[in-house]
Amino acid sequence: MLQIFSDLAGWLTFDLMGLEPNTKLADAIHFFIEDTTKIFALLLLMIYGIALVRASLNVERVRDYLAGKNRFVGYFMGSGFGAVTPFCSCSSIPVFLGFTSAGIPVGITMAFLITSPLINEVAVLLLVSLLGWQFTVIYVLVGMSVGMLAGAFLDSIRAERWLQSFAAKALEKGKAQASHSNSEGMISTSLTLAERHRVAKDETLGIFGRVWKWVIIGVGLGAALHGFVPDGWIEAHLGDGQWWSVPAVVIIGIPLYSNATGVIPVMESLITYGLPVGTTLAFCMSTVAASFPEFILLKQVMQWRLLAIVFAILLISFTLIGWIFNAIGPML
Amino acid sequence: MLNIKVLGSGCAKCTKTAEIITAIANEKGICIALVKETNPEVIMDYKVMSTPAVVIDEKLVHWGSIPHRSMIESWLVG
Repeated sequence: MLQIFSDLAGWLTFDLMGLEPNTKLADAIHFFIEDTTKIFALLLLMIYGIALVRASLNVERVRDYLAGKNRFVGYFMGSGFGAVTPFCSCSSIPVFLGFTSAGIPVGITMAFLITSPLINEVAVLLLVSLLGWQFTVIYVLVGMSVGMLAGAFLDSIRAERWLQSFAAKALEKGKAQASHSNSEGMISTSLTLAERHRVAKDETLGIFGRVWKWVIIGVGLGAALHGFVPDGWIEAHLGDGQWWSVPAVVIIGIPLYSNATGVIPVMESLITYGLPVGTTLAFCMSTVAASFPEFILLKQVMQWRLLAIVFAILLISFTLIGWIFNAIGPML
Repeated sequence: MLNIKVLGSGCAKCTKTAEIITAIANEKGICIALVKETNPEVIMDYKVMSTPAVVIDEKLVHWGSIPHRSMIESWLVG
């Protein structure tokens, strides 16, 4: 079925624009057209489908579900919900405070917030279509593990000591009230099909409006790699998974900010060109989850010290992931 | 006069929400006082987790998205 996008790109590149096949430029343009049209079509279809199914899942429900849960179930569910709950990064502060004031431990809240940018339906969909399901499963497992372990670690060092004072007070109050029910009757119950359609339509347009430019940038970079980086250059210089290459790409990923949608087409090109899986994963996760603008936002609820700890945890775990997957990658 | 607060951390959707409400109020000749509330502590006190949210005369009427025109009209008129 996906062949039509390749055919379309071929027709546009070779017939309409009259470019000579097998030249660098034609390759790059063909790749760009094929990938953008394919990704756009898949995105529109799948976001709508998924939104229709999960229209009634929202952060308020997740909060009510997580409140009062056992810690270990909490880390797992926090991270799992982080992966599937639709939520815009501009809401991270209200979500953080909402969870906190419901008495949910900081570690569980952070498991949710860390996993959320790493895994979402758009990322999973792109991974399956571009890199195959084995890679997708690995990516999801690793992403969830980072969220869960980071959360457990934060609770073990009693990270709540370093919240801003009003947030710390809200947490105390929330814990005291946690025995009572904390759903305020704010959440509507089941939705009719028409309501679901409206939610799904809004969400599709909303997400698409947010990610389309990232797809173009990501695929554009991938196309540039395809067409203009000499064959074998990446493989020759970074192909052995030299140990330093992993921390290096994690650092490079910090100032680069993209969401998962934009970085996945780049990953595809990097892997095709012989960059080891671990190095690629480390780069992707650092670009997506460790970004300064988002961290500065969290300053409103966390003291510098906690902020620095969270940031360090992310960088260290991405580096470890890179090393581990470079070591076991050849066996996959 | 209606006292309206738009809660949100200053993202594009929140700005848009405030603009739409102001526009519809002007169109209908309804007098409103609109404030954009960005302080996370205040947002927390309204128990809001998904922004933008709309508070009218201290009552939370909407959260999580840019409200549709029909909803805004019903708040302003009703």
